[in-house]
Amino acid sequence: MTRSLLGLAFRATVGTLVLVAILGPLTSLLIWSLAERWHWPAPFPQQLGLKYWLRMLQGDPLRALTRGVGIASVTTVLALLMSVPVSYLAARRRLPAGPLVLALFVLPQAFPQLPVFASATVLFYRWNLAGTIPGVVLIHLVGGLVYAVWTLTAAFRAVGPELEEAAVNLGASATRTFFRIALPLALPGVAASAILVFLHSLDEFNGTLLVGAPYVTTLPVYMYTASLGYELQIASVTALILMAPGVVLLLLLERFLRAEYLAFFGHL
Amino acid sequence: MEVRVEGLVKRFGRVPALAGVSHTFPAGALTAVVGPSGCGKTTLLRVLAGFVRPDEGRVWMDGRDVTDLPPQARSCALVFQNYALWPHMTVFENVAFGLRLRRLPTREVEQRVREALALVELDRVPGIEGRRPRELSGGQQQRVALARAIAVRPRLLLLDEPLSNLDAKVRHRVRVEIRALQRRTGITTVYVTHDQEEALSIADVLVVMEGGRVVQWGRPEEVYARPKDPFVAEFLGSTNVLEASVGRDGAIQPSRDGRLLFRAEDVVLLPADATPPAGSVWAKGKVVDCLFLGAVYRAYVRVLDVVVMADARSPASPGPVVLAVPADRVMDFSHQNGEGAAKETA
Repeated sequence: MTRSLLGLAFRATVGTLVLVAILGPLTSLLIWSLAERWHWPAPFPQQLGLKYWLRMLQGDPLRALTRGVGIASVTTVLALLMSVPVSYLAARRRLPAGPLVLALFVLPQAFPQLPVFASATVLFYRWNLAGTIPGVVLIHLVGGLVYAVWTLTAAFRAVGPELEEAAVNLGASATRTFFRIALPLALPGVAASAILVFLHSLDEFNGTLLVGAPYVTTLPVYMYTASLGYELQIASVTALILMAPGVVLLLLLERFLRAEYLAFFGHL
Repeated sequence: MEVRVEGLVKRFGRVPALAGVSHTFPAGALTAVVGPSGCGKTTLLRVLAGFVRPDEGRVWMDGRDVTDLPPQARSCALVFQNYALWPHMTVFENVAFGLRLRRLPTREVEQRVREALALVELDRVPGIEGRRPRELSGGQQQRVALARAIAVRPRLLLLDEPLSNLDAKVRHRVRVEIRALQRRTGITTVYVTHDQEEALSIADVLVVMEGGRVVQWGRPEEVYARPKDPFVAEFLGSTNVLEASVGRDGAIQPSRDGRLLFRAEDVVLLPADATPPAGSVWAKGKVVDCLFLGAVYRAYVRVLDVVVMADARSPASPGPVVLAVPADRVMDFSHQNGEGAAKETA
């Protein structure tokens, strides 16, 4: 009896702390996003309103948002088109030097990101890709492909090889076996990796700033510029908007991402 | 379809899975390939299916060399140990897969799926065609796998340990059904199993493999009654092994070079003071334990410092006995002792 009471108290305390840790900053963001006038040292804004939210839904911020979604969509499609075949062959150990190829995809992540992106930017200037949307997509693919290749390799490995052999045995070609058996069975993994790549691209900041500025501005870059200009309200609104797709997609991800996909992560 | 393999060798790394297998699988017969795990039987099956390309040797089907043909071009269907049913397809779609690949008209696909399901006696389960594999029992999944294989009317049916994932009751029933199905369709069948009882009961021809080779083949009764070497004798049935030889009066005497094998069902236990019947090989022993197996009682008898099994219809009470085996039921491998001993330690 005492034990369960103690346990209850413990859980309540932990729960409250977690809630405060998560909701605290969020509340602060929310208040800031609604503050039309807030002078120090008042504990609450003098004037609340939707001014900054309304400003957000037009002009530059909205354009940054739609552009970011567009870039993320293109990045996702390209990443999947490239990584589905590579991952499938790697999972079936039919890729020559498969482990090496897989390692290659992690390589950019193994180094500090800024130098990698900075030197990429230099190259992009030479190739006239700096400040263009294709350039930003390319830089997003660097990180996106890592997520895509590793989750997809795991997803394809989770499809038992005998399921494909059964199809081949009955006369199915390699292509048909892939499209009728392997791909449908790995579909949850494909969805998971699409979500990961999309979120990565939507929230990517370093590379976007280096390669895209000043012509290509996505929301994270916009938020950065806004907070540099001490427009904390705009930064808060942007942050909240950026969080929305993340939360929704992460909830979806939980449905698709099976534990075994992550278990393979990092296995060559 | 007659299937002939000659000189098959397959190495995985340095270990040979097949070390020179030559055999002819007769057309229309059910050949059971049996052996301990790692004897190469599954590799042999995968070579026949075309999934494994042998390092050496050829495979002929009806006189045609198919060694270099891909799996798709061979008219054989394989039933996998874990069934390998596609979880994202219904039972109907699973069975129809091979038929649709052959571009049969929809009407015929439907008819042949129904036929195949009837052959495996799944037609009496209402609504089974629309169900997914995970909604079926193990026995039903096994039958769907079988139906999927025979629906394409293969000329060679390959079964890889098809019953090993079923519980004992279902296993015995499905075994009888597979036997009946094979008889009815006359499809040349190769059935791989590690279970010697299953192999003996189902086979027209029994092939015993060990260490990547065929050690003996023939009618099951023949192989069981006249094993060619100690390995086959020990592998089939409940076999006792004694390092001993037979004296002039039929008495079993310890002997370093001797090797006598006899099966538990051939042993007769007599009272300690009885004279062993004429024409029998015998020894004095002591019953140490007796288990009730259902159909028989199995007595464990200490003889020459080893414990041998003896099956009888009535229980044996602990204590001294005379153990007798009809002389023609004793397999004397004394001359092969060295080889047999080497195999045992390997």
